[in-house]
Amino acid sequence: MPPSDPPPAESDGNHAAAIPMDEDGPAVATSSSPADEDTVMVEASEAQGAVGAASPSAKPPSPKTAEEDDIGVEIKQESKGDVKLEELFDDMDSDDDEFITSNNPANGQEPAAEGPNKDAAFELLRIYYQSFFPWRYMFQWLNHSPVPTNDFKHREFSLWLHNDAVMRYQSYKTSDLFRRDVLRLMPRRIEIGPVYTADPRDRKTFRNSTAFQPLAKELCFDIDLTEYDDVRTCCSGTKICHKCWKFTTMAIKVLDAALREDFGFHHILWVFSGRRGIHAWVCDKKARSLSDNQRKAITSYFDIMSGGKQGGKRVNLRRPLHPHLARSIDILKSHFQHDVLETQDPWQAPDKAEVLLQQIPDTELREALRKKWDASPGRSSAAKWADIDTLAQTQASSSLDPRDLRDAKQDVLLELTYPRLDAAVSQKLNHLLKSPFVVHPGTGQVCVPIDHRDLEAFDPFAVPTLQGLIAEMDAWAEKHGSEAAGSQDVKHLQDWEKTSLKPYIEYFRSFVTTLMKDERDVGIKREREEDGEVPIKVESLDF
Amino acid sequence: MNRIDAKRRNVVDHRKKQFADPVFKETQYPHRLNFYSEPPTADITLEQFEQWAIDRLRVLAELEACSFRNKTPAETATHMKPLLDKYLPLDSTSSHSSQLHAQRQKDHYSHFILRLAFASTEDLRRRFTRVETMLFRLRFQADDSRERAAFVRTLNLDWEPVSEEEKRELAQQLGATLAAGFGGKRGGPGVMDEDWCKVDWTRVPDLVESRKVYLRGGMAYVPGREQQSMVLNAFTKRLEEALELTSRALPNLDEDDRLTPILNHLSKNFIAPDSGYTSAGSSAIEGAEISARNIDNLSQHFPLCMSNVHRTLRRDGKLKHFGRLQYTLFLKGIGLSLEEALIFWRTGFRAVSDDTFNKEYRYNVRHCYGDVGGDSNRRSGGSSPFGCQKILTEHAPGPGEAHGCPYRHFTIDNLTTLLRATGVTDPAVLKGVKEDTEAQRYHIACNRVFEHLHKTELKRAKDEGIMTAAQLETIVHPNEYFKRSYLLKHLDAAPKRERDVKMEAVVSFAGS
Ligand SMILES: [Zn+2]
Repeated sequence: MPPSDPPPAESDGNHAAAIPMDEDGPAVATSSSPADEDTVMVEASEAQGAVGAASPSAKPPSPKTAEEDDIGVEIKQESKGDVKLEELFDDMDSDDDEFITSNNPANGQEPAAEGPNKDAAFELLRIYYQSFFPWRYMFQWLNHSPVPTNDFKHREFSLWLHNDAVMRYQSYKTSDLFRRDVLRLMPRRIEIGPVYTADPRDRKTFRNSTAFQPLAKELCFDIDLTEYDDVRTCCSGTKICHKCWKFTTMAIKVLDAALREDFGFHHILWVFSGRRGIHAWVCDKKARSLSDNQRKAITSYFDIMSGGKQGGKRVNLRRPLHPHLARSIDILKSHFQHDVLETQDPWQAPDKAEVLLQQIPDTELREALRKKWDASPGRSSAAKWADIDTLAQTQASSSLDPRDLRDAKQDVLLELTYPRLDAAVSQKLNHLLKSPFVVHPGTGQVCVPIDHRDLEAFDPFAVPTLQGLIAEMDAWAEKHGSEAAGSQDVKHLQDWEKTSLKPYIEYFRSFVTTLMKDERDVGIKREREEDGEVPIKVESLDF
Repeated sequence: MNRIDAKRRNVVDHRKKQFADPVFKETQYPHRLNFYSEPPTADITLEQFEQWAIDRLRVLAELEACSFRNKTPAETATHMKPLLDKYLPLDSTSSHSSQLHAQRQKDHYSHFILRLAFASTEDLRRRFTRVETMLFRLRFQADDSRERAAFVRTLNLDWEPVSEEEKRELAQQLGATLAAGFGGKRGGPGVMDEDWCKVDWTRVPDLVESRKVYLRGGMAYVPGREQQSMVLNAFTKRLEEALELTSRALPNLDEDDRLTPILNHLSKNFIAPDSGYTSAGSSAIEGAEISARNIDNLSQHFPLCMSNVHRTLRRDGKLKHFGRLQYTLFLKGIGLSLEEALIFWRTGFRAVSDDTFNKEYRYNVRHCYGDVGGDSNRRSGGSSPFGCQKILTEHAPGPGEAHGCPYRHFTIDNLTTLLRATGVTDPAVLKGVKEDTEAQRYHIACNRVFEHLHKTELKRAKDEGIMTAAQLETIVHPNEYFKRSYLLKHLDAAPKRERDVKMEAVVSFAGS
């Protein structure tokens, strides 16, 4: 089903109605409408005024409330001073299409939020934020220390409300204030921005813009399967399946190896983006303080497509390959054979096979292959790939340099399997990215971390959903109910520990613990260095 | 320590006061190259002070001219060699020349004297840093590789040489990096022949971006050939910082009335490319009618920056401040007298009354000609016409302003429209101009248009042997554009012999 088909869920007036944002399809095409006209920006204080001292269980503000109370809302278009329009667009380029699609073939679960009405959906979300969202570890993750520091206090959060309002430049003095605000406003999405030089809420008090500048943010990457539509034969658009999920596995392996071995980073958090992609958060202190220029350098280091657009080849690399690319090929080789050639069969159709032929660097060989493939329609991609070497050997062409052929084949392999990044997410220090552990309103799935050490074990369709978690908790209570009531062990269990969310939060906890430990050690080391440092001699100029 | 005669004593005394270290110890120069981080300590005579500075200035001005003409590094090196040998020679340590100390001292001192002369304005500081970096690059490239490596080691650039052992261990990766980053044959250039160093990757983002370095654990392995750019970056950065500090320390110098005039004179001379057109009439073309009523006619010989201002003036009957300044000085440069200039501007400003003109504009025109504005302005004959460099870099035009360089300051659409309006319609030329401006080669774009508009005449001048290679140098001054254009279009107006002389005059400014 093409992704543009209207999801039937919408007509039922169920959860889809509660999430009117339609971010489907090419982001550019649709984002202009919400950003230009519909989306409103509510300042923190104004939103507080609107909602007042609402209890956590109260319904989140609806667009109607906002209008009736006549609170000041800013149309985004008019608030360019705060938010650059193109940055908003960038943001929507990512996988975060928060809408309901009716079918997700391999996914047996109904989208979690398809409750009988939207009140129920909000109630589920409230339970989630109250009982499942790992507040403590989220705080530690961003704060890098047990006591609140500016790393947390000056960090921008942006809350996407159900009425399409986006509250940018939110910040919190403590983890608890953050939690209370989220429970009060019940955002359907939380994004994380940079740490600023000052409290983001005070940004307007600074006369000159240099006093309010982004200081630090994790180095982020975004990979979205829609970028792979020309290689995927199983799905397209927003849909995914186990077969094409392999492309994200390949991407993580290549990037993770390079970020660790080449760039020397240690704290890399991979996160399922809730539907059809993944995010990476590189959290090392050094990564967080990279300038835009340095971020751009990394992004280009990972870009093999640009500069090679000649003769139908998108990838055209110099030989011998840079060590990073040679290693990437080693990682990708077996995936290419199994997950691409055998599983996706990308050159089954004659027109696709022609694309492959165009990349063969020798006319004679190309003609021989074309003849052979024309004679056996339906020949598999794996067989075609093998034909290239076989024919090159048996019908040796005088003009063909075997190394040119090998290089061309490597370029094909890389074009099909090398990570395809959304560069905008990585290049800017002040780019916002959806927080881990947010619930994707479209799928109801939790944006859980992925353990890079066991990527094959990650199943995007087994990721806990909001509705599933509640059911698990009920089941747990039923099973352990009376007998457990008196037991000390059970009493102290957190709700998430009773569900399938447990391994993900535990993984996150250990990630955060290691990060905090390193941060502390680095801090001590730096202090020592500073103490012993020889001051740089300032040039004397008195000539 | 240099002996000085009693007459110079007060100069030395003054400098003595400023030295932090009261005990003079003669600076040693173990290396040919110098980052100029230590100020001089020994005494020199006033004559040396001035002569050394002038010699260095000659070299720097010529280097700047080379860059204006977009000479390649190799061309620049060839062009500069005789000048460097003459004015600022620097022998290698291994030469064991008896002049080593004297050469290096002169290099050291002249650099610091020019720092004082060029620290005063941001523009001068920027230009000084730029040409000093060019000079350093030239010498760095020519330096003996072993002596260069020894010098680089003294800089404390936070980089670590890669040991022979590690090179062997990483030979495969480093070899691939060299080949992938810099091209070359399979098997590639010798990894072991290259001086590799390790530096934190964040220090060389441009090399990381293009995968020209090997990365391991956050360290970038930089091949020797790329270390040059790191050294040059460091040189530029340190000089920029030092000049900032110098500019703040400058006021203390005013007490010495012997140094100030020399320094002022030096900085004034640094406006070399513009200096050929200082006074009205000096560069006038013999036989040309340079009058207010003939400007419309002459404007066919104007470069785009001036014809744009002229068209704006004719269209609007007025012109904003910087446009008037740029144009008045240009007209002065082509030989328009003050009297004619006042007529030209009075009639040109048809939108204003006599009263307003006399009150607000007349003075400015006279000031440009040095007719008013204090002794110094009168003595120098007013300001010099702007060269391309100044027009390109200073006072970018705002909305409603017509000055500046259209090749730089116009959008490509507006530029194309303007070019078409001035008769440049050849698609190949317009395409070339577009590429030039996109590559920020504004001089080249302007010269391309010049060559197109004077195609026939240039061919004839070449065929008849009228023009030498030097006379085909890239134009870097609007007044030069006018002169060359006028003379080329009037090849028949004078006998051949005379034309030769005139063409010499055309380029005389460049050699001065
Ligand atoms: Zn699929």
